[in-house]
Amino acid sequence: MAFRQKHLLGIEPLHPTEITTILDVADSYVDLNRQAHKHSDALAGMTQINMFFENSTRTQSSFELAGKRLGADVMNMSMQASSIKKGETLIDTALTLNAMHPDLLVVRHPHSGAVDLLAEKVNCAVLNAGDGKHEHPTQALLDALTIRRAKGRLHRLSIAICGDIAHSRVARSNLILLGKMENRVRLVGPPTLIPTGMNELGCEVYEDMEEGLKDVDVVMMLRLQKERMDGGFIPSEREYFHRYGLDAAKLAHAKPDAIVMHPGPMNRGVEIDGSIADDINRSVIQEQVEMGVAVRMAAMDLLVRNLRAEKAANHDGVMA
Amino acid sequence: MSIFINARLIDPETLTDTLGWLHVENGAIAAIGTGTAPTDLLGEIIDCAGKCLAPGIVDLGVKVSEPGERHKESFASAGRAAAAGGVTTMVTRPDTLSAIDTPEVLEFVERRAATDAIVNVKHMSALTKDRAGKEMVEIGFMKDAGVVAFSDCDHVVENTKVLQRCMTYARSLGVLVIGHPQEPTLTKGAAATSGKFASLRGLPAVSPMAERMAVDRDIALVEMTGVKYHFDQLSTARALPALERAKNNGLDITAGVSIHHLTLNEYDVGDYRTFFKVKPPLRSEDDRLAMVEAVASGLIDIISSMHTPQDEESKRLPFEEAASGAVALETLLPAAMRLVHAGQLTLPELFRAMSLNPANRLGLECGRLTIGAPADLVLFDPDAPFVLDRFKLQSKSKNTPFDGARMQGKIKGTWVAGARVFNA
Repeated sequence: MAFRQKHLLGIEPLHPTEITTILDVADSYVDLNRQAHKHSDALAGMTQINMFFENSTRTQSSFELAGKRLGADVMNMSMQASSIKKGETLIDTALTLNAMHPDLLVVRHPHSGAVDLLAEKVNCAVLNAGDGKHEHPTQALLDALTIRRAKGRLHRLSIAICGDIAHSRVARSNLILLGKMENRVRLVGPPTLIPTGMNELGCEVYEDMEEGLKDVDVVMMLRLQKERMDGGFIPSEREYFHRYGLDAAKLAHAKPDAIVMHPGPMNRGVEIDGSIADDINRSVIQEQVEMGVAVRMAAMDLLVRNLRAEKAANHDGVMA
Repeated sequence: MSIFINARLIDPETLTDTLGWLHVENGAIAAIGTGTAPTDLLGEIIDCAGKCLAPGIVDLGVKVSEPGERHKESFASAGRAAAAGGVTTMVTRPDTLSAIDTPEVLEFVERRAATDAIVNVKHMSALTKDRAGKEMVEIGFMKDAGVVAFSDCDHVVENTKVLQRCMTYARSLGVLVIGHPQEPTLTKGAAATSGKFASLRGLPAVSPMAERMAVDRDIALVEMTGVKYHFDQLSTARALPALERAKNNGLDITAGVSIHHLTLNEYDVGDYRTFFKVKPPLRSEDDRLAMVEAVASGLIDIISSMHTPQDEESKRLPFEEAASGAVALETLLPAAMRLVHAGQLTLPELFRAMSLNPANRLGLECGRLTIGAPADLVLFDPDAPFVLDRFKLQSKSKNTPFDGARMQGKIKGTWVAGARVFNA
């Protein structure tokens, strides 16, 4: 079993075999989660703190459930309301929490790179639950697991990531992961929502939706991040839906068996037509949510194995 | 009185690099010659052992954090750092807390500099009150009180009409105005230069074109008003053709570049290393090379440190929130030596940009190896290697991007008006 990371800060540091390892372990947790008795002791005795500096319902509850199913003691901290308002720096917050001896720290932060910074200052395993516009590794991993289960493989697929690429950490993590696993990735969206230099990252950029969807195996829609828009990226939501919203006519350009994904929460009628989202033959959006719990269980399980191995090694060192 | 013998004399006026001697009397250069020194000269003999003797650096745009943030840098600590870096004249920036925008504040910093700094200090004034870009400062009073230039530093005067009036008024007094050419609305909130790297890291970014847009506006205003103008830092290749045209058209325009934009590029930020966050942000490698070439050709006139002290607290933050700027008084020369060792600049060309040109632009007599000029000198070994340890810097703040970097070029001694202020 090859997984050597101390933290899960992004997809970028992962080796393809490590990605495969996480997905393999996650597969077994999918089975567990479908049983009546959904419990394992992988994290028994461990403390997991979810530290969200940015609002989240879905990701936070997914992490919480994952930890609880593995037997960890889980604590949620909503950071918008607390110490940062009192002027405490991120590092001081991290050190305060570190003193409580957590084993797993799940962090979401509105600034790119903030989770990396925090990970330098604590001695537990840190999982990035989304940092600014940088990475959201567990989302990319759950997307990969969903694709692998739906398509039977995670290589040599043609995948279109569509919509608000500029504000999306999901897009970045997916782009890196799918690239590492040797897929062809297309980015599709209005040029105001595609950051510069993306075409130099080994993907193709399309400004036309129908062209971009032509013959792809997977259509990944992104949420139009209204809360991150500091003005004037698109003329209106209805024009956006007309030109870039996924409806049956646009989807018809993809392969007949192409699957439709969305990281949620969806804006129906903005980036995706409700009938596509609900089409059980095409949409795997509900599976994504299911895979999310399994992937997070797998990631935490693997990190804790490394944590325990490290602690055991240190202990040996002291005894010798 | 002293005689420097066996010195490699780096003369930026004649662009020569010759073995010779230099005689200092009453704080000024009294005689200079090639080969062996005459035996009848009186004074302490300083054997340079074949190392380089150059006019001391005139650093245009040093932030000394007085008033307001003396815990980051004081005139005493900045002076020591300057001496250790071969900088004999610091030209201080007015972007302090509060801004240097009245004769009263100026008097305070002049007094502090005179008592505490061991090198020469010249002061700049803000161009507009509180650097807010609304009303001009008392340009006449400030000139009479001795400021050498007017600048709002990284605050761009957004209102073109205000800037036009400031420039027109400044022209009537013959004073130098220094601008920071970045189109302000595009630049707002940016922490990196747009491109592959910034996109991958998810950092708010600004197009390099924002610099050219601002350069174009300011050149038009200079043409309109006839003011003496200097761009504090250019950093992108696209801004250079406009500068070249403006110079060829006879406008009184010069331009500078910071040492960081000459020696580092955007990728150096790596995993969000905030010591590499500067303003404007680090650029692409192509831009860096274009800047180096422009210094060699003389299109860019001045290299400065853009010394900006920041304490650990303001840097130990997520990249977007962290403060910009780097300390550089002590690393300016060793970092610039990278360009010399890479064969991109000669030593006389380097000192033309670091000593002669800034002195000329500000109307100072220093910055040259000429009889009668002040004996502001730096002696350095161009080849001596060392590894930089940021905690050994003289600056109160240790925010250098060169921590742990291998450098080549060690300062052996610094003299201000013939008096030794640094001895390695």
